[in-house]
Amino acid sequence: MLHGYAASLLEGTGLTLAVAAASLAIACVLGLATAAARLSGSRLARALGAAYTTVVRGVPDLVLMLLVFYGGQMAVNALAAQLGYEGFLDIDPFVAGIATIGFIFGAYLAETFRGAILAIPAGQREAGLAFGMGRLQVLLRITLPQMVRLALPGFTNNWLVLVKSTALVSIIGLNDMMQRAGQAAGATREPFTFYLAAAAIYLAITTVSLLALRALEKRYSLGVRLAR
Amino acid sequence: MNRPIALALCLLALALPAAAADWKRIRIGVEGAYPPFSELAPDGTLHGFDIDIARALCTELKAECQLVQSPFDGMIPGLQAKKFDAIVASMSITEERRKAVDFTVRYYNSPSRFVAKKGANLVVTPAGLKGKKIGVQRATIHDRYVTDLYKGSPVVRYTKQDEVFLDLAAGRIDATLVDSVAASFGFLKVPAGKDFEFTGPAFEEPKYFGWGSGIAVRKVDADLRAKLDGAIAAIRANGTYKRIQDKYFDFDIYGKAPAP
Amino acid sequence: MNLEAIGESLPSFVEGLQVTAILLAAALVLGLAAALPLAFARTSTRAWLSKPVWLFTYVIRGTPMLVQLFLLYYGLAQFEAVRESVAWPWLSSAWFCAIAAFAINTCAYTTEILAGALEATPAGEIEAARALGMGRATVMRRILLPSALRRAIPAYSNEAIMMLQGTSLASIVTLLDLTGAAREMNSRTYLPFEAFLTAAAFYLALTFALVSLFHLAERRWLAHLAPRR
Repeated sequence: MLHGYAASLLEGTGLTLAVAAASLAIACVLGLATAAARLSGSRLARALGAAYTTVVRGVPDLVLMLLVFYGGQMAVNALAAQLGYEGFLDIDPFVAGIATIGFIFGAYLAETFRGAILAIPAGQREAGLAFGMGRLQVLLRITLPQMVRLALPGFTNNWLVLVKSTALVSIIGLNDMMQRAGQAAGATREPFTFYLAAAAIYLAITTVSLLALRALEKRYSLGVRLAR
Repeated sequence: MNRPIALALCLLALALPAAAADWKRIRIGVEGAYPPFSELAPDGTLHGFDIDIARALCTELKAECQLVQSPFDGMIPGLQAKKFDAIVASMSITEERRKAVDFTVRYYNSPSRFVAKKGANLVVTPAGLKGKKIGVQRATIHDRYVTDLYKGSPVVRYTKQDEVFLDLAAGRIDATLVDSVAASFGFLKVPAGKDFEFTGPAFEEPKYFGWGSGIAVRKVDADLRAKLDGAIAAIRANGTYKRIQDKYFDFDIYGKAPAP
Repeated sequence: MNLEAIGESLPSFVEGLQVTAILLAAALVLGLAAALPLAFARTSTRAWLSKPVWLFTYVIRGTPMLVQLFLLYYGLAQFEAVRESVAWPWLSSAWFCAIAAFAINTCAYTTEILAGALEATPAGEIEAARALGMGRATVMRRILLPSALRRAIPAYSNEAIMMLQGTSLASIVTLLDLTGAAREMNSRTYLPFEAFLTAAAFYLALTFALVSLFHLAERRWLAHLAPRR
């Protein structure tokens, strides 16, 4: 049915998931940092955070990806040359892909995290400080655990959109599932079959993710009274 | 420049060891979507005339080959951005491209022709094709030629040649200008292309169609170009070229040198 | 920054801007029009109405728009039956396929947004309407729909902006929108920064325009929720 391309598609799926996971890691780091910046007292930090989210919302993923892939390499080379580094540092499609997607979703996650942190009653933090906990302790033991629960719905949404946007990495030549589906389609002249297979695989990934994250939500909401 | 930030940026990119001066390791940009020159098998490995030639040249130069896949319209920007050191992707040697990169001597030469539906009786002139949709692969010599000379025809550009063939078979475009060998193997000889044929003459005008297909390198890498020139001559002389050629074609694809 | 090259390519960017704007407008209008009845079906208590709509939104929201676009454009053209059918003049056009794919996609998301807004209608409003003797259809037309549309404006504005960015996929099926113009410029001049930064600038401008439009909409229709001046 898949003319022998099934193995290739599955291999591509592995790469797609790797791109998604790596991008998520970068996005979480950027998101937390940006949320902190936008909640901070410094006007500069808030302005930078706002500018970041504006750019990401205002420019298509595809354009950013092409910019990072084609332009980023030149920038890195120029930078390396200035620092006196001979040779080259390669921005291959994988790196360009995760850098771009991580950059984009860092902005969206920042909004999710920021909303979640703002939803924690201020009294919680105050109480922690009143008990003599240091600011870092309050962050790690009071704020973050509660933030996780509040951020999960938004996070689920962001993750699902992230997984789907990894399809664009095929445009810059990464040999992921979409690219392999396209090659199989071109070689066998059966685009419908292979793009349908790709759709099915994505649907499977999103379904599994939804189920897993819903289970996580339930676990984190133990003991919390929901307004039903 | 702030050192920590710069360092972080460098760490962000996957660093490969520098290969420069001695060319013991050559990264070669290939397409993987242009049968019979370059295509991907179901298991994900690269096959084709271009691929075999590239590997043979590396063997001749006693260097390690690393094949890097790239879409065709990103090849010259990719070369200049140092994603790879040479392009072996059936890239024709043209004056326009020579402004950006340097080429080795050619490693094959084949003409370009129009492909259209059998019985369409298209007159292959700018006037005859007026209003007919012509599909081409973006950034190729065919793209340039049709854009410049067939101004009365809507030009539809695709990222890959097999996307052009898909739409030609579906009737979305009326004709395509393409390398005759790629058309023959990639389309006319497969079931999807059975209702199609070559129309019009073979195009070889060097101004647009260049002087055969060569290997592109950055202008600063004159030493690599010289090495590759030598390697091409060597594999022509020692029979490796003929062996590879016979694997794919029953005719001489090296061809004659086009008029300068 | 090679401003001269940008200047030379500017006409193609302006044309691309027109293409992007048309694609966005068509997709949003068609998507919203289709989403109105679907949202009502989605919130219906009858399973034979709500389940199919749920399945539709689930599948469309669970797969990338790129795949949906490829299925419509390349996938359908594979079948002889499709090519011989009456729909072929439509399906063979890249414009039609792109608008259809975008419209279907935004319809699914908009249906969910509107369904959520409908379900959030305060029960008292519906009770009052029924008490006044309004029939089912009248309640839907005069109470539920206006109320839900208002509630949906913030979420819908997000969706509209995401669809604007989504139109960039049209360049992948040969349409010359803003992204297509940038890719052409890049492949001709080998200047990726100039090409893609110009496109990004145009998209940012379009986004600001869209955001301002929605701000105006919110000021007009959600005035009752605005902070006191």
